[in-house]
Amino acid sequence: MSQLEIKDLHVAIGDKAIVKGVTLTIRKGEVHAVMGPNGAGKSTLAKAIAGHPDYTITSGDVLLDGRSILEMEPDERARAGLFLAFQYPSEIPGVSIANFLRAARQARLAEGEEIDATDYYKRLYQKMDLLKIDRKFTSRSVNEGFSGGEKKRCEILQLAMIEPLFALMDETDSGLDVDAMKIVSEGVNQLRGPGLGILLITHYQRLLNYIVPDFVHVMVDGRIVKSGDKSLALELDAKGYDFWVKKGEPVAK
Amino acid sequence: MNSITETLLPPAEEANPVGGIDQSAGNFSYDVKYAFDAGTGLSDKTVEFISETKKEAPWIREFRLNALKTFLAKPMPTHWATKDLDNIHFDKIRYYLSSGQKPKRTWEEVPDDIKRTFERLGIPEQERKFLAGVEAQFDSEAAYSNIKETVSKQGVIFVNSTEGLREHPEIFRKWFGKVIPTGDNKFSALNSAVFSGGSFIYVPPGVKVSHPLQAYFRINAENFGQFERTLIIADEGAEVTYMEGCTAPKFSTSTLHSAVVELVALKGAKIQYITVQNWAANVFNLVTKRGLAHEEAEIKWIDCNIGSRLTMKYPGVVLKGRKARGEVLSIALANDGQHQDTGAKMIHAADETTSNIIAKSISVGQGRSTYRGIVHIPRHLKGCKNNTECDALLINSSSRTDTYPAITVRGDRHSVQHEASVSKVSEEQIFYMQQRGLTEAQAMSLSVNGFVNELARQFPMEYSVELKRLIDLQMEGSVG
Repeated sequence: MSQLEIKDLHVAIGDKAIVKGVTLTIRKGEVHAVMGPNGAGKSTLAKAIAGHPDYTITSGDVLLDGRSILEMEPDERARAGLFLAFQYPSEIPGVSIANFLRAARQARLAEGEEIDATDYYKRLYQKMDLLKIDRKFTSRSVNEGFSGGEKKRCEILQLAMIEPLFALMDETDSGLDVDAMKIVSEGVNQLRGPGLGILLITHYQRLLNYIVPDFVHVMVDGRIVKSGDKSLALELDAKGYDFWVKKGEPVAK
Repeated sequence: MNSITETLLPPAEEANPVGGIDQSAGNFSYDVKYAFDAGTGLSDKTVEFISETKKEAPWIREFRLNALKTFLAKPMPTHWATKDLDNIHFDKIRYYLSSGQKPKRTWEEVPDDIKRTFERLGIPEQERKFLAGVEAQFDSEAAYSNIKETVSKQGVIFVNSTEGLREHPEIFRKWFGKVIPTGDNKFSALNSAVFSGGSFIYVPPGVKVSHPLQAYFRINAENFGQFERTLIIADEGAEVTYMEGCTAPKFSTSTLHSAVVELVALKGAKIQYITVQNWAANVFNLVTKRGLAHEEAEIKWIDCNIGSRLTMKYPGVVLKGRKARGEVLSIALANDGQHQDTGAKMIHAADETTSNIIAKSISVGQGRSTYRGIVHIPRHLKGCKNNTECDALLINSSSRTDTYPAITVRGDRHSVQHEASVSKVSEEQIFYMQQRGLTEAQAMSLSVNGFVNELARQFPMEYSVELKRLIDLQMEGSVG
């Protein structure tokens, strides 16, 4: 069984410690929600696992199927099966979604092997139908001039096409927009299944009205202060983060 | 028979400060024995040797000798361009090298070593696939020149300039040096003195050449200067597309390529001229290109500069007749040690003339790209239009781009638009693409291809594919 293990992970930006010892294991097929107030280090955790150059892992380890990924380049981690749905995805002017996804799939083939265009488009249209995405969408340049909802749709489509083992979904601030939230939750519900493990990062409990997680973790000041099942989310909703903030360490700014 | 000795050049010469481009496809040379060699350096004797070898008419010889005087009298344009021009040592260059002046009509007749060069570059294959005619120049002269019978039957002439001057002087002389006079600039004067090779094309009235004609320019010898001269005339209502490609091995010393290209589009004619310049990173590429568009004629330059150490080239159109159209679509990629100083000139000289310039440049590493443009619309005209767009993309913080658009519009009966932008490939963008599984080089390639995509779509398919391949190669060499 495939699993993503985060072991006592410490992450810093420059000299500033942000993630201060997170341990978490996600098995394939599970949906884990990480919740917490702003500045708790949730996005940092996701980006550091994906290998963002601005984040330094000061100690701890991340293992994919027992193998450390920390020495791997971001693209190697991606090809090994790790997907990050960005909170603020970049624009790539002049590159259509269809061509971008084609390049991403091509990058996963062995050297000298060429992607089969007919198969590729068949698969693309299949996924788009599944996610109820208009055919015209993929001829647009990646994220260029997209609304918040369109950006989410584009991330979900990429997730569907790339078929990673584990998806880290950074939805920290974007829970505000009901449309965006629906796109993410419908996408996740379509794609969740025995082949995919999901780490869903969110600030708002509302998202969990749409996606029912298997596990919920509360993150405060760089640490997971409480883990439980989906009922924890409801408890959190009732008590608010302050309850744990007061119990735990002060929130990092 | 010549013996074939292949010299494999090291992939990156340490002595050469200019690096970065993967020139592996063109980075080889054969040890060719030249029957005609003008020696090293430039004097009246060099010019006389060339003229004699070509058995030219006295007026051409005079034309050359006068041009040499003009060349020697003109100062280097370093004051507005770049000091790198001072690194050209005119006395160390070989001005004429050839194995003969008569190009072969079939590849079988081409000497083995030269044939092998062009086969390696894929020219005969392209000819079979999609071209109406090919001229392949090896150093100073065309080694091969052929036009499909269906095209020649329409009265289309496609020969090299030496043959053009000899066999069609009545057409050649009428337009030769009229679009670009000898004294236009120092390098047009140099070309006028020592020119050899290049194409001469004449398309009769109303004839539309369905497939492109192509010339391929290959420099094989070290310390060599290639000075081709191209003249294309599309008679009334005629249409033609001409494409040129070029490569050279990467020697540790510098090589000079200085061409003059003149286009004449008579009433209602259309000429499309496409260049994919991929010289090795030791080549000074100093080229003068201009077209003359008569009434309702259209001249379009598609100009891609990927290679060379320094390119200075500003294709222009003189819009001489009413409703003439001129267009320059230009893509330049400057990698480490390269300076692409390119642009466009649009001279409006009649009412209701239209010009369009779209220039995209990419600077990688220490590379520098410069856009220089002139648009001139005088007061007495009416209804002229110009659109100029210059976009620059910087890949690294050490990359450099400059834009010098000079738009002079007098009178109030014209419409002119100018847009310019500079953007940078951000680390976030690269990380985003890497997170989708692309390597850093692939991510950069994709960004760059996206940046030129809209423009490249207007190119003939074969050339946009070639352009994409060259960009991929460049970006591969620029990281890691």
